[in-house]
Amino acid sequence: MDQNKAAVVAPGYAGSYRHRLAKPLVFVLALLPFLYLLWAAVFDQLGANPAEALVRATGDWTLRMLCVVLAVTPLRVLTAQPALARFRRMLGLFVYFYVLLHLLSYSGFDMAFDVAEIAKDIVKRPFILVGFTAFVLLTSLALTSFNRAIKALGAKNWQRLHKAVYFVAGLAILHFFWMRAGKNDFAEVAVYAAVLATLLGWRLWHYWVKTGRCSRRI
Amino acid sequence: MLIKTNSQGFVHTIPSEITSEATYQSRRSLIRLMAGGVAGAALGSWASREALAQDWAAPGQNAALASSKTSVAGALSLEKVTEYKHASTYNNFYEFGTDKADPAKNAHTLKTSPWSVEIDGMIKKPGRYALEDLFKLSAQEERIYRLRCVEGWSMVIPWVGYSLSALIKKVEPLGGARYVEFVTQADPKTMPGVGSRVLDWPYVEGLRLDEAMHPLTLLAFGMYGEVLPKQNGAPLRLVVPWKYGFKSVKSLVRIRFTDKQPATAWNKAAANEYGFYSNVNPDVDHPRWSQATERRIGEDGLFARKRKTLMFNGYEAQVGQLYAGMDLNKFF
Repeated sequence: MDQNKAAVVAPGYAGSYRHRLAKPLVFVLALLPFLYLLWAAVFDQLGANPAEALVRATGDWTLRMLCVVLAVTPLRVLTAQPALARFRRMLGLFVYFYVLLHLLSYSGFDMAFDVAEIAKDIVKRPFILVGFTAFVLLTSLALTSFNRAIKALGAKNWQRLHKAVYFVAGLAILHFFWMRAGKNDFAEVAVYAAVLATLLGWRLWHYWVKTGRCSRRI
Repeated sequence: MLIKTNSQGFVHTIPSEITSEATYQSRRSLIRLMAGGVAGAALGSWASREALAQDWAAPGQNAALASSKTSVAGALSLEKVTEYKHASTYNNFYEFGTDKADPAKNAHTLKTSPWSVEIDGMIKKPGRYALEDLFKLSAQEERIYRLRCVEGWSMVIPWVGYSLSALIKKVEPLGGARYVEFVTQADPKTMPGVGSRVLDWPYVEGLRLDEAMHPLTLLAFGMYGEVLPKQNGAPLRLVVPWKYGFKSVKSLVRIRFTDKQPATAWNKAAANEYGFYSNVNPDVDHPRWSQATERRIGEDGLFARKRKTLMFNGYEAQVGQLYAGMDLNKFF
């Protein structure tokens, strides 16, 4: 039924994202920032402070990927294209890919993989602690992203666990906010916060409508 | 009064005190060796300085600025000079935006001519001093200083200017003057960052009078043998090499002598994070990060460990006595 509906709404579009090359294409697109950073690092195109540039760029791309993956469900429902869900896991794993690069850049370039120094830094800087907490949560999501993990946990538990991504989004914004607090410069933070708030707000609204509380009140 | 001695006016040398010819000759050769060594070392450093000079000889971005050699102790670092392209594109100059790439992009709107500096407060000769007069006030010298940013990175920059003390002597501070306040340009029309809520504008900094009088404290008009690029604080700025970079104010418009410690911009914004002194100190951390190490821009590779930060940024021998007996944890 959904398929028919999709065909009526946007026949061409439905065909294109179901194309067998659609997934590899999204994969390559999501990998492009990494390839660019790799190229820029090798050819000294990262400016005066390449370490700082890499730490920041990988953090930015983690946030962007988080926005993209959280946009999948609203987009899927609003456009009535349930098949979009098949991109969700891959995009979610890209969030993890970029956050892992972010953590590695910080601990490698900034801290020379000195575990004692990193531990001290986590305690000293609240924003590092918040970022690290988000990383640990994302790790648990990445580790349970496979079919067998879903089966082992049971769909309900799995869903409950993966709702942690909303909490991660909040932590990511707090991490970014605190990092920028030193310069009192929150313009970019506000943009990401607005995007994520919209995506999460839509879910609340959708849940509200679906459970009929809205109609009951009216 | 006549002093009578056995020698009757002539001190007789005892034979054992006479230097033998052989000893005399060996001492001569030692002196020759030392002289040669000293000259050699001097030549060596001169030669290596020439070699270093290649890195920044002619950025060709601005008007050339001639300078003489400095005689100030510690004022010519022999460390590798940071590439001009980094020193002129990686800047904190919030009046032109908070991103380090912003000043190089935005500072072209700064109007540096005509320019004058209001010098007032507790001095005998207050007044508005034209840039041209300030420029001619003392011989322009080249100084190669380390610059350590409070954020944990550093550069080595060849400045052109003269000791601020020359100007201070000229305006004759009154006995009661204890501090010097530096006020910088804040023109919302030409500086897009002014008006943002990051800091109170104008940007104000300050030094104790004895710090300001220290020969290392530089009033700079140029860098890399040319007049200052706008993003680096044209047309004149302060450079205080033993303090975190934010103390070295850019685009100076007012110098005021006072008996009270000036309220400085970062101190007003976050008093627990940025003290009035802000001397480079690896043992006193910023509340949000360690100050024990730093990354030398353009030199320490991506995989290199950061280098250790030095007390007073390596100028302890020159400035340490200014802070004798002070608790540097308290007066950070």
